[in-house]
Amino acid sequence: MKRNKKYISGENVFQVVDVLLLTLVSLIIIIPVFSVVMTSFVSQSEIARRGSFILIPEKFDFTAFRMLWSGRKSIIRAYSNTMYRVLLGTSLQMLMTISFAYGLSRRNLKGRSLITKYVVVTMLFSGGMIPGFLLVQLLGLYNTRLSMILPGLMSTWNMLVMRNFFMAIPSSLEEAAIIDGANDVQILTKVVLPLSKATIATIALFYAVGHWNAWFDAMLYINDVSKMPMQNLLRNIITATSGISDLEMDMTLVETTPPTIAMQSAVIVISTLPIICVYPFVQKYFVKGVMVGSIKG
Amino acid sequence: MVNEKKRSIWYYLKRDRFIYCLLIPGILYYLIFHYLPMLGVIIAFKDYKPFFGLQGIFTSQWVGFKHFMKFFRSAYCMRLIKNTLLISIYSLLWGFPIPIILALLINEVRGNLFKRSVQTISYLPHFLSAVIVCGIIRNMVSVDGGLVNAIVKAFGGTPVSFLSEPQYFRTIYIASGIWSGMGWASIIYIAAMAGLDQELYDAAKVDGAGVLKRMWHITIPGIMPVICLRLILQIGELMSVGSGKILLLYNSQIYSTADVISTYVYREGVGKMNFSFATAIGLFESIVSLILVVGSNAVVKKLGQEGIW
Repeated sequence: MKRNKKYISGENVFQVVDVLLLTLVSLIIIIPVFSVVMTSFVSQSEIARRGSFILIPEKFDFTAFRMLWSGRKSIIRAYSNTMYRVLLGTSLQMLMTISFAYGLSRRNLKGRSLITKYVVVTMLFSGGMIPGFLLVQLLGLYNTRLSMILPGLMSTWNMLVMRNFFMAIPSSLEEAAIIDGANDVQILTKVVLPLSKATIATIALFYAVGHWNAWFDAMLYINDVSKMPMQNLLRNIITATSGISDLEMDMTLVETTPPTIAMQSAVIVISTLPIICVYPFVQKYFVKGVMVGSIKG
Repeated sequence: MVNEKKRSIWYYLKRDRFIYCLLIPGILYYLIFHYLPMLGVIIAFKDYKPFFGLQGIFTSQWVGFKHFMKFFRSAYCMRLIKNTLLISIYSLLWGFPIPIILALLINEVRGNLFKRSVQTISYLPHFLSAVIVCGIIRNMVSVDGGLVNAIVKAFGGTPVSFLSEPQYFRTIYIASGIWSGMGWASIIYIAAMAGLDQELYDAAKVDGAGVLKRMWHITIPGIMPVICLRLILQIGELMSVGSGKILLLYNSQIYSTADVISTYVYREGVGKMNFSFATAIGLFESIVSLILVVGSNAVVKKLGQEGIW
């Protein structure tokens, strides 16, 4: 009895420590995000007076956002470039990924293992940044919005996840469809795809977030500001104060210019808001995607 | 049966024509965007100039290992390799165990609502782009109004411009990497833990094993295959510190610790248009990475765990 009591209290001590540690982890993640949001509302006078880190401003100042609003033309343009790559890019990626994964999932296909090797080699070795850059130039894709889409038309990893999922569909379902007289096209559209809706949604979300967040390819392949997506506009503003001039804002709208840090935070806020708003609803799909991906095929 | 074996390739091409049609775009994609750049690495052995155009890749002068020797003899070589390895080794040492510990903590905590909230919060930074994460970092360490300097001041120190001092770069890079990646990396371990046999835990409880003992003797051995798999993947990446986040954070004042192979390739290749030289350095990096992946996979298999192939 005595022993049992000690054992239970040990368990409880662990729980208390565990909860404290996890709360600490959550705070460490939340505080920087929260403070960026708050910094976007700090005015020049407040930062001059308080002179340091401000978690909650005394007065919420919207100057930074008013200035961004005056530069909305460039922001809307950047957002539309982002939407272009997210919508067109993700659709093409899904088309490629589903077709290829379905092809590779057919166990009796001649040359299947050869094609799989052909693909996996590219995961182990790549030509590197410069040959890729030259290729985009030689294909005439340089400084076109397609250069953000074509080089990454398919992620080998996502394709293999999709293939493993297709392979896990019981073959008895396909056989039944064949007996009913279905051809290959019908097996794919009437049997396989309806069963894979959740996985397809998950992979589409992975691709969409990838496009939303990508900036490196646009930095390499695009030099025209009007073709750049939001992330690159954001990058120019964050890494160089001169980047703010990209926004073509009307400076006469405000009496005192907001502090640079508030401007930068405000741009971060408006470019992150969509992700933060959608994230809680789609989170479970992503987690499912990681689970499916972790099963080795 | 004998007939079956004699069937020609045309029979299969005809039977599976729809499937082959589905595969053709992907095969072309890999050919164009993955295999052509692999062929393109021959410019590492040539003197290719940007204005040579397409045929220049083949007609430009063959110079053998000139660019490689130039790189190995240059003053940058050792610094770049050292910076790359130090950043990835420290990232591995700190960044690898933390998601496992986080997964253990999440796995053991009671209260489903709390558990799910912690998970939701910890995955969030994974969805923020590198640009945003770097924006947040700059904000945090800023001299005027940053959180870190506020803490420094609170302890009586003078504010430091962290991103212009070489000695802080690695810490900033690795800490922010853990910040944005730990939750997401923990998912795979949490999933593996959920698959462990509950009866083992019950039996251990009956035997009087406390929570720490159960973690050590049941949970950790149970998720060992997943740990090994993740470890091989990460060791394979030792030589390839991505240039993205560093390009967003560094400046010429802190090149001494922040400049890595990939950022140098970027500056030489895209910045100065020294295509052949930059390709040679990139090729060196790819080959070392390949050896690391194959090697670590072999070691893990020797140790009796399942490798990646």
